[in-house]
Amino acid sequence: MLTIKNLHATIDEKEILNGINLTVKAGEVHAIMGPNGSGKSTLAAALAGREEYVVTKGSVDFMGKNLLEMDPEIRAREGVFLAFQYPVEIPGVSTINFMKSAINQIRTHRGIPTLDAVAFLKLMKEKMKLVEIDQSLLNRSLNEGFSGGEKKRNEIFQMAMLEPTLAILDETDSGLDIDALRVVARGVNTLRSKDNAIIIVTHYQRLLEYIVPDFVHVLYQGRIVKSGTKDLALELEEKGYDWIKGQLTPA
Amino acid sequence: MGKDDHLIEEITSREYEHGWNVDLASDSAPKGLDESTVRFISGRKNEPEWLLEWRLKAYRHWLTMVEPTWPNVTYPAIDYQDIIYYSAPKQTVVPKNLEDIDPELLRTFEKLGISLTEQKRLTGIAVDAVIDSVSVATTFKEKLGEMGIIFCSFSDAVKEHPDLVRKYLGSVVPANDNYFAALNSAVFSDGSFCYIPAGVRCPMELSTYFRINAAKTGQFERTLIVAEEGSYVSYLEGCTAPMRDENQLHAAVVEIYAKKEAVVKYSTVQNWYPGNKEGVGGIYNFVTKRGLCAGDRSKISWTQVETGSAITWKYPSCVLKGDYSIGEFYSVAVTNNYQQADTGTKMIHIGKNTRSRIVSKGISAGKSQNSYRGQVHIHKRAQNARNFSQCDSLLLGDTCGAHTFPYIDVENNSARVEHEATTSKIGEDQIFYCLQRGIDEEAAVALIVNGYAKEVLNQLPMEFAVEAQKLLALTLEGSVG
Repeated sequence: MLTIKNLHATIDEKEILNGINLTVKAGEVHAIMGPNGSGKSTLAAALAGREEYVVTKGSVDFMGKNLLEMDPEIRAREGVFLAFQYPVEIPGVSTINFMKSAINQIRTHRGIPTLDAVAFLKLMKEKMKLVEIDQSLLNRSLNEGFSGGEKKRNEIFQMAMLEPTLAILDETDSGLDIDALRVVARGVNTLRSKDNAIIIVTHYQRLLEYIVPDFVHVLYQGRIVKSGTKDLALELEEKGYDWIKGQLTPA
Repeated sequence: MGKDDHLIEEITSREYEHGWNVDLASDSAPKGLDESTVRFISGRKNEPEWLLEWRLKAYRHWLTMVEPTWPNVTYPAIDYQDIIYYSAPKQTVVPKNLEDIDPELLRTFEKLGISLTEQKRLTGIAVDAVIDSVSVATTFKEKLGEMGIIFCSFSDAVKEHPDLVRKYLGSVVPANDNYFAALNSAVFSDGSFCYIPAGVRCPMELSTYFRINAAKTGQFERTLIVAEEGSYVSYLEGCTAPMRDENQLHAAVVEIYAKKEAVVKYSTVQNWYPGNKEGVGGIYNFVTKRGLCAGDRSKISWTQVETGSAITWKYPSCVLKGDYSIGEFYSVAVTNNYQQADTGTKMIHIGKNTRSRIVSKGISAGKSQNSYRGQVHIHKRAQNARNFSQCDSLLLGDTCGAHTFPYIDVENNSARVEHEATTSKIGEDQIFYCLQRGIDEEAAVALIVNGYAKEVLNQLPMEFAVEAQKLLALTLEGSVG
């Protein structure tokens, strides 16, 4: 589904990604872990097509298409979803309104009829249950005055609504208490299927107790330095990132 | 960068939607202004002697006045002798119904999207349409007449209800009020008149569509709304003008007189031609709008969405004379390219326990300048007056300007006046958030701007709100990036 080859990316001409190689197949969940500043969020942003992140080298193939050639909105319409670490506020625009615009632009892009109000409402009610989100929250201005947990739950609600082929969760666990974490994880687990894939970007192993990954990769200095199964996450938690750094110290 | 260029190209290639020019044979006054012009206009309209005198008095007063220079706008001096002050589409027969109207004129309305026949059938809005200077069709007149509501062109009102017109004309905006109001009083050509009898709730939205058609024609319409005790009316005004290279002057006057417990809601969606992207042409919109809450517990509410005009100079105001009377002003003013807007309101508190609320949302893009100018005046005897003002500015890009000029005069210690102001920019983060959900940049800007202006748009009647949303999006297309 996703093949990243030798990806280099810079921000303000500073190299952050330094040759990423990663293959993600349908049905898989990959966790990307790493210390602060290792390039985790940059990878997420570069895949989503954020303008400030300039890809200088490498290729990204998504479902047989060159992802890097697509504008960010096209990537989204083709099925790439990013759950933001810090979702922004949009005053006066409700989540419902926002999702209606998004879904209908995506459907138009895919050549399927747009949803009318009744069909949209039905879909929304169904997805609301999944992430245990209240409609009153969805009527409010997007993310305005939301608690940390509400923001993250709202991101997962949007993911449920848009049913992406590839979902990238950027530090979705940060700022969540244990109950919110469980709700978010349950939502994500319900959305897992053999047809889609999920990349979880996280600093801690905590979230991975609830969303069990098939693969864990450790990112350090803009490169994947170690890959393994979920046990790698446990080992990291136990030994800390210094363990990785130590292993990499050149002789 | 390539994408930005594309967007910029897209917006530059999009022209003013209502820019066309219909060839209607018109009956015009000679160019220029002197007493004979005033007499010509009054004569063409078979006006009574008192009205001619009223106009002449206004004209003589106007001669003694100077054009105001305090607004935060700049434009080349207007040559008042280079304007045609009266231009009526030629019609041999006075139309009795829609079928009698010049088909060319009806096509004009259809281009405007306000097909009268269609509106009559579908929306239940009574339309008094004004092209250039003469009101050509008034629908629903009979239906309203059964309730005692008068809704007709100003000229018809002068003929059919001279006592009412004489009593209230100039009672809220005196002929010598300001430079442009005095000019309007001298040469006003037509407009709308609306009278709601005591205790009557007008069952439909009353709507006037103004449009400037003939070249070099100033449009000087006059609207007078009188709401008797305990009555209610919601009035809509829409404006468009065709595209021209030279600037056209529009100096209108709107007067609202609200008696005890009367409620008047006045909504405007202004989409005059703003000039091209280099700032050539466009309408000078110099308008005086004022409402008088004469009776206790009366209420006047102004809502405006200003997207057009090269220059806007306009302060819909409320004089809160009756005790417990309420004044409201909700405004969205959008400027793009080289547009200039200096707009706001005046809330004059005279009665006891009067309240006013001001919500102003400015949106500036391109190289435009957008100013909010508002005055809150609490008179000595206005015990327990309350005012709340919220003035927000939204900037798109970094070549535009947003300015706020609040004036607050309080002469009574029991007053409570609150003023809040914010300035914000549409963030890259907000745009990216939308893009990442599959929403393209144009739609993202429209979504964000409409969200920002929501509090004001919510005040508009449904069908106007939809039009206003589209206009906001259209005005700002391509201005971010």
